[in-house]
Amino acid sequence: MIMVACAIALAVVAAGMLLNLYRLAAGPDALDRVLALDTMAINAIALVMLLGIWFETHIYFEAALLIAAVGFLATVAFCKYLLRGNVIG
Amino acid sequence: MTLALIALIPLLGACLPPLTTRSSRTVTAWAAAAPTLLALLILAAQAPAVFGGEVVRTSAEWVPRIGLSFSFMLDGLGLFFAGLILGIGLLIIAYARHYLGRRDPIGRFYAYLLLFQGAMVGIVLSDNILLLVVFWELTSLSSFLLIGYWNHLPEGRQGARMALVVTGGGGLALLAGMLLLGQAAGSHELSEILARGEEVRASPLYMPALLLVLLGAFTKSAQFPFHFWLPHAMAAPTPVSAYLHSATMVKAGVFLLARLWPALAGTDAWFVLVSLTGLATMLVGAWIALFKDDLKAILAYSTVSHLGMMTMLLGFNTGIAVIAAVFHILNHATFKAALFMSAGIVDHETHTRDIRKLGGLYWLMPVTGTLALIAGASMAGVPLLNGFLSKEMMLDAAAEATLAGNGWVVATLATLAALLSVAYSARFVFGTFFGRPRTAFEHPPHEPPPGLWLPVAVLVVPVVAIGLLPGPLAGPIVEMTAAAVAGPAGLPPVKLTLWHGITPALVMSVAAFAGAALLLLLIHHVERARLRLWRPEAKAMFDATVAAAVAGARRLSGGLHTGSLPRDLGVIVLAILAVGLAGFLGATHAPGAREVQPTGIPALAAWVILVAACAGLAVAHRNRLLTLILTSVVGLIVSLAFLQFSAPDLAMTQISVEVVTTILLLLALNLLPKTTPAEPGTARKLRDGAIAAAAGLGAAALAFAAMTRDFETISTYHIEQSKPGGGGTNVVNVILVDFRGFDTFGEIIVLGIAALAIHALLATALRGAAARRLDAMRMGEVSGDAHPLMLVVATRVLLPLALTLAAYIFLRGHNQPGGGFIAGLIAAIALIMQYMASGHAWAAARARLQPLTMIGAGVLIAGLTGMGSWAFGRPFLTSTFGYFHLPIAGEVELASAMAFDLGVFLTVVGAVVLALSHIARVEQRAERSGHAPEDAALPPGPPTAAPRIGLRTPAYGRED
Repeated sequence: MIMVACAIALAVVAAGMLLNLYRLAAGPDALDRVLALDTMAINAIALVMLLGIWFETHIYFEAALLIAAVGFLATVAFCKYLLRGNVIG
Repeated sequence: MTLALIALIPLLGACLPPLTTRSSRTVTAWAAAAPTLLALLILAAQAPAVFGGEVVRTSAEWVPRIGLSFSFMLDGLGLFFAGLILGIGLLIIAYARHYLGRRDPIGRFYAYLLLFQGAMVGIVLSDNILLLVVFWELTSLSSFLLIGYWNHLPEGRQGARMALVVTGGGGLALLAGMLLLGQAAGSHELSEILARGEEVRASPLYMPALLLVLLGAFTKSAQFPFHFWLPHAMAAPTPVSAYLHSATMVKAGVFLLARLWPALAGTDAWFVLVSLTGLATMLVGAWIALFKDDLKAILAYSTVSHLGMMTMLLGFNTGIAVIAAVFHILNHATFKAALFMSAGIVDHETHTRDIRKLGGLYWLMPVTGTLALIAGASMAGVPLLNGFLSKEMMLDAAAEATLAGNGWVVATLATLAALLSVAYSARFVFGTFFGRPRTAFEHPPHEPPPGLWLPVAVLVVPVVAIGLLPGPLAGPIVEMTAAAVAGPAGLPPVKLTLWHGITPALVMSVAAFAGAALLLLLIHHVERARLRLWRPEAKAMFDATVAAAVAGARRLSGGLHTGSLPRDLGVIVLAILAVGLAGFLGATHAPGAREVQPTGIPALAAWVILVAACAGLAVAHRNRLLTLILTSVVGLIVSLAFLQFSAPDLAMTQISVEVVTTILLLLALNLLPKTTPAEPGTARKLRDGAIAAAAGLGAAALAFAAMTRDFETISTYHIEQSKPGGGGTNVVNVILVDFRGFDTFGEIIVLGIAALAIHALLATALRGAAARRLDAMRMGEVSGDAHPLMLVVATRVLLPLALTLAAYIFLRGHNQPGGGFIAGLIAAIALIMQYMASGHAWAAARARLQPLTMIGAGVLIAGLTGMGSWAFGRPFLTSTFGYFHLPIAGEVELASAMAFDLGVFLTVVGAVVLALSHIARVEQRAERSGHAPEDAALPPGPPTAAPRIGLRTPAYGRED
């Protein structure tokens, strides 16, 4: 049962990532692209967790945790760059 | 090992004088004299054995594979030279104490002097010829420091550079020659090479080895045509000149000729090359010396001439000439050091060394005058002084030498050189100390303190004593030394006596004196004639050569290294392609045997995204921001791929590196143009595209081939050994900190150096021309809040959480995915987060540990951990581990590798934080100037253009 749910979820998340890709390509603004990247990272977290369940292993967990804990900083950096130029300061 | 100590004590003792500079100068002088004295005492303790005909040896292995050993030997020749070096060194130390001015850093001087002294002693005591070359180069380097000691004088710097180029270049030739010599003799130990002279001379390598060794010896001993560096080295303080050019540096070449005499001498090539070079040098040096006006220049060219004489004698291939050469080395060291020091006293007292401005000083400083008179007379070869005896022996040997069947050519030229020698000696002494006083001195010169003239007196004593009683005083030393050079068998009995009877040499000597008197009478006519002749200007030629070499090197490196990244990459990728193709076409191939795995939906989606992002990159590469976003996508997908292929460590590293890279590139992009200039030409695009596609397809094919077949790699071994050998189950981490710990150690050092370089480079960016460029940048209009409240609060809450995550990843690293490197990246990101959210100034003010300290501590901890295993008699970085039971925490594994990992962690954190925060500081400079262009010197005020939103209290951020 859980495997079926997992398979469906994987397909949906993968589809979501492809949609992120579309947004990233279409834009039209740089901010849209940054948002697309950010969402793609969030989808990646979901993907990693689902893969962990699928393969019944804990080993993927930290990777997901890491994307969650530090990945957002890239988005922050892009936003600060777009707003103010200097990322640190 | 006592022998090695004779060289090592001065080398290590060089640390002492700089440590005592806070005390009086006398204490510093004693700190320099003590190691010298100690080395001299150890040498003296060995002397009886050597006089008894023994050769003292000591040896330790160094790098046995290349034939380099730490072996020393003390025979007659070594004892003779080491005694001269240390003995005269002691006098120079005393003399320099009074010679150097109050403003000269005396500690540094003595440190250089001891370094030089130790290297020199090392040359004369080395048993291994490679070790000898090492010490040889050390003398070149330390004499560079000594000659350039007055580094505020351009002449000093230029003279030092010239000496280094000539003698250091000769040193390279010598190294090559020594290697060939070692090949020819089948050993790198001198004691064996010297015993195999026949073998060496018969070897086909003899000629090239001889030429290269002679090149090294001739450059060092300032033989024609390499003599030009020596006079320019006179820009050094006089104690240095007295030391380097009487008993040591320049004698090293002569020493080498004597040292290798049993192996290399005895052939016609040796005779022609060595004796003719020596003869030419003797004549050229004496001729130029006669017309110089600077006292030290006269002595410098006279030294060149006397070195030529010693070289010539060693080239004669006869035992009697060797005796003369050895005797003259001793005599020349005494009178020339005395003369240099006298010239220094004159300079010290009258503030000039120009002989045209001097005269009549004898009556103002009778002691110095008398001493200089005696030493000068010895240089001229006046009877009853030691210079006379060795000159007679030289003339004797020259009279016997035949060149191309002519018995008189060498004899005549040698007499001519002796004549010139008498003339310049007379000019030196009489021009300075006698005749009419020519300058009205501001402060009338007077006798210097005894500290200056006493060392001269100590040297003049042997000049007279040996001159009167040569046999008893110098006989044993000369015999012992000459026997070490020529072998007891090849040596005629050594008879040093004052009166030989009326010999050809005496006639030549008398002729030389008479001719010199005549020459001095006619000196003005001769000078006028000389000025009409073309005289090569050595310095100009040398400078032109160096300039041409520099220009050539620039052209070569400029042609190879154009700075065009596409071109460099093209060359690299094409080379890889060629190698790959050659490998592919030169072997058989079959498809892999492994089953192809089914492709899942997520993998397919990831693949689509990856390909799309890469293609997008190629299309949109001119928009740099978009490029960065797409690169982030690629990074994300790559880390997912790492996970898919069971490499969680790599995935975690990739994720954290991605973040840091993005921030770094955004920081850089802020200072760079926002678009890449368009590339010209479709043909070029097609060409580059073809190269890229070929490389990509090749890599893909390679990956496919590797993944579709089974093969054994070293990783199987690593995985098996991970737990029993390294005590951890995470093989990646065990490899990093244990199996390949030494690599990691090297890498964190490189990382630390890179961070230091960033620190240094960016520190200069805030000053001078770079800062003016930054000021002129005028950043674009900024909008938005610099430190949004939500971000500030969120990051501060996140800081402890992120640091906990880092600690967790660090601690479990040995057994589960993680480790010091990843943990370091996470911690660095956690800190950078604060810089981004609350501003550089806020975060930097709160940083307890400076990034530089962290880097230093990291490398130190890793290094100390590695050294810790020495205490247990194990090699560097041997790791150990054990399991401990703690209350509460339970079973805990502690491995020494963890301390090493801590070093990695600290270095990574320091390097990342330092790099990012320093670039940010540079940007702030540009930003500030954008806001306050009128007065950049004032502390910058808050940016006026930015609308302020939110509360602003010092608690979370000063606008900066």
